[in-house]
Amino acid sequence: MPPDASPGTVLKESGQREVFCGLTSIVWLHRRMPDAFFLVVGSRTCAHLVQSAAGVMIFAEPRFGTAILGERDLAGLADANDELDRLVRDLLARRPEIRTLFLVGSCPSEVIKLDLAKAAERLGAQLAGRVRVLNYSGSGIETTFTQGEDQALVAMTPLLPSSDEPQLLIAGTLADAVEDRLIGLFARMGVDAVRSLPPRRSTDLPPVGKGTKLLLAQPFLSATARALVARGAELIAAPYPLGVEGSRAWMAAGAAACGASPAQIAAVLDPLVERGQRALAPHREILAGKRLFLLPDSQLELSLARFLNRECGMELVEVGTPYLDRQLLAPELALLPAGTAISEGQDVERQLDRVRAARPDLVVCGMGLANPLEAEGIATKWSIELVFSPIHGCDQAGDLAELFARPLRRRSLLSFAA
Amino acid sequence: MELTLWTYEGPPHVGALRVAASMEGVHYVLHAPQGDTYADLLFTMIERRDRRPPVTYTTFQARDLGGDTAELVKRSIAQAVERFQPEALLVGESCTAELIQDQPGALAAGMPLGGIPVVSLELPAYSKKENWGAAETLYQLVRTLLKDQILPPGSSKPSPQRWQQEGRRPRVNLLGPSLLGFRCRDDVLEVRRLLDGLGIDVAVVAPLGARPADLLRLPTADANVCLYPELAGPVCSWLERSFGMATVRTVPIGIGATRAFVEEVCGLLGMEPPMDGEPSRLPWYSRSVDSTYLTGKRVFIFGDATHAIAAARIASQELGFQVVGLGSYSRELAREVRAAAQQLGLEALITDDYLAVEQAMAEASPELVLGTQMERHSAKRLGIPCAVISSPLHVQDVPARYSPQMGAEGANVIFDAWVHPLMMGLEEHLIGMFRHDFEFVDGHRSHLGEAAPVGDAQAGEKQAGELQVGDEQAAAPAGSADLPVSSPGGLPGLAWTADGEAELAKIPFFVRSKVRRNTETFARERQVAVIDAEMLYEAKAHLSR
Repeated sequence: MPPDASPGTVLKESGQREVFCGLTSIVWLHRRMPDAFFLVVGSRTCAHLVQSAAGVMIFAEPRFGTAILGERDLAGLADANDELDRLVRDLLARRPEIRTLFLVGSCPSEVIKLDLAKAAERLGAQLAGRVRVLNYSGSGIETTFTQGEDQALVAMTPLLPSSDEPQLLIAGTLADAVEDRLIGLFARMGVDAVRSLPPRRSTDLPPVGKGTKLLLAQPFLSATARALVARGAELIAAPYPLGVEGSRAWMAAGAAACGASPAQIAAVLDPLVERGQRALAPHREILAGKRLFLLPDSQLELSLARFLNRECGMELVEVGTPYLDRQLLAPELALLPAGTAISEGQDVERQLDRVRAARPDLVVCGMGLANPLEAEGIATKWSIELVFSPIHGCDQAGDLAELFARPLRRRSLLSFAA
Repeated sequence: MELTLWTYEGPPHVGALRVAASMEGVHYVLHAPQGDTYADLLFTMIERRDRRPPVTYTTFQARDLGGDTAELVKRSIAQAVERFQPEALLVGESCTAELIQDQPGALAAGMPLGGIPVVSLELPAYSKKENWGAAETLYQLVRTLLKDQILPPGSSKPSPQRWQQEGRRPRVNLLGPSLLGFRCRDDVLEVRRLLDGLGIDVAVVAPLGARPADLLRLPTADANVCLYPELAGPVCSWLERSFGMATVRTVPIGIGATRAFVEEVCGLLGMEPPMDGEPSRLPWYSRSVDSTYLTGKRVFIFGDATHAIAAARIASQELGFQVVGLGSYSRELAREVRAAAQQLGLEALITDDYLAVEQAMAEASPELVLGTQMERHSAKRLGIPCAVISSPLHVQDVPARYSPQMGAEGANVIFDAWVHPLMMGLEEHLIGMFRHDFEFVDGHRSHLGEAAPVGDAQAGEKQAGELQVGDEQAAAPAGSADLPVSSPGGLPGLAWTADGEAELAKIPFFVRSKVRRNTETFARERQVAVIDAEMLYEAKAHLSR
């Protein structure tokens, strides 16, 4: 797909960005891989962020923590490596069941240039056979929200066994039920060797090599895709599996790359398409003709906009994304209507001015903005939920549409009149 | 470096944010990396606010570090002032910005900002924390605004009783309530109501709901009421020094404390305190026979200093609990907590290390934990009922209903909230009598509507033991099927016989771990290595003396 396939000009903005840093990825990755522990090396701010996001759940056994840098560390009075070794020893004594330890870099650790990659190597050698120690950066200065997952998966790729056996590798966190369902569908199309990254157990890593066809389930995996291609995998171009259309194209592309015939593919997928459209219909009634404004958050925005526009009939006012990887998003850009206003980056005050001027029917935004916009009379759908919900595949298209229809339905339900 | 699984307080700039967001007409420019805007959620989600907190973040990224981040700060300041037209401006750094040292406060001082007061905040993120940051911000803001009004040295202090000559009602300031403080919204209402009943007006409430112009009126009050010492302690002391304003320091949480508060306020203002106490239901509820089973319930208390000290008094004097642990993460008020603990024959636990609190909790084997959101984690792990009494809090502790902690209604709320997690009296008796029920099993609290804890009655104790022994002793695999023969209680060299364990299992769930510990200590003192049923009764008789 040539890069000029984009439907409109992309507005590039810089200014205050109202987004999460990559550390937030820990909030879902710790559930995907329950045998892993995420140790942030950073400040009290980092610790406060992660617990503010996840602390509403009550943990008998925390699966993440923070090594908080103190003044002694900054002044160089304490050897950061000795300190880290001591902390990791204490942690592993308390939690002997941990199999993979992620040392997660933060803004402070990056700014003072603490070499966590070296530390991970050293600790990994000390703990060989018991615990794998990996490193990635979730710092706000380098990563936005879901890019944290991208970095975590990149950190795992060197550990993947090599194998040139033919297989389909799905990259990107999926809900368990969705993953099982998609693997079952691929099997029905004759594709049996399907593996996932990240796996459900951090030690159960899929192999990668020349026979690997790589299908990205999430659009934010730029670095992971590059790392896997460097290991011999072949990246399959497809829109992302959101909605009936995107999911069908995604599964068909994966199955075709693995040798399934068009007849096999149609036999399995066409009934799903028909059923998925039926599930969408009631939500389409609510969403059709409504004007949608998406603020940057997760890089899912373009795929969501494509789904909500083509399958639910919504009009797109502006589609914001924190980062636009034109190669990975080319199939999506091709499906967006001509002239769609896309913005990359953010100046939140100016973007809010545009929101207020346009008075859209629904704004997809982060939780820092959702309630304030609701109070201004603008309906919102808070975006982080899309990362925590099973939304992929034809069978989930109805559920995905429902997430956007629900706030509008709710508004029409509530009445406080006498 | 310090390993933190949960942190009791955020960084100091979050304290500054709390002050800014609690007030009106104040804007805060915070030099911070992309991502630190997560703090907005504390206000829009946990406090469920309907507007964005008044903060402009510079949100620098890695690519900005190669350029001129100081220029970014200046641009952000200029844009924020132009857009939001604040009456006062706070300028400060987050932890990462502190490392790159752009001196945003100094930059703001050199900018033409139309003469609005600018407070440059120096909040050392690597040594101080949230409450300190909030207290420092409030202090610096008040100081900046009032510096021109400071009484010249040698001038006489205004009398707190001057309202009598001036022929008006006395008035006080309520200092300390803020967003993300524990139940501040309703505490303010309750204290206002209480004061109004005494004939006392409220001049200024700050920071919650105050504008900079209101802070300028602080010295017009007859006295300051320091409702939350963590936040308002320094500013009250400064107002005392600079304006001669007296401070009421009793915090009215609990029946006795509310009574003492009324006496202190009235005494200071030269009024006669009313004969009757505030009408609260707690005293009667607590005296009624249904509460007899609360007597001597072992309770572990941890929180900020203000709420922990208040809770200890209520628990020991007004509910008849036995306080078996008292601590706080508020180092600034450690002395006060130590004094309160000493009165109860305890040594205060002053720490911000969540694991140390968890360990102290396990060792004290309480039947109830009164703590923060963090103690709910440990209490879940140890299988102990828990109620939240202090920040840090989460969204369920910013309820829609009226839920003060202070004053008469606060005591009512506290009675319900603290008793609710405990097993109800009848259920407690019956589980002690009949242990073979298929539904009401060991440790089950049916009034909470929870499913019965099938088959893991001992899990709580077992995990409590693992806390202290890093590598657990190998439990005997065969023999007494479900009864571990070695001690998981952290006392190596001790073993329980099968009949000893069986006897222990008959002890009601909520005191069992305490009995286990007592018996093991008793056995060790007598150098007995094997504990049987007789030894357990021996220890019971010995300890009941």
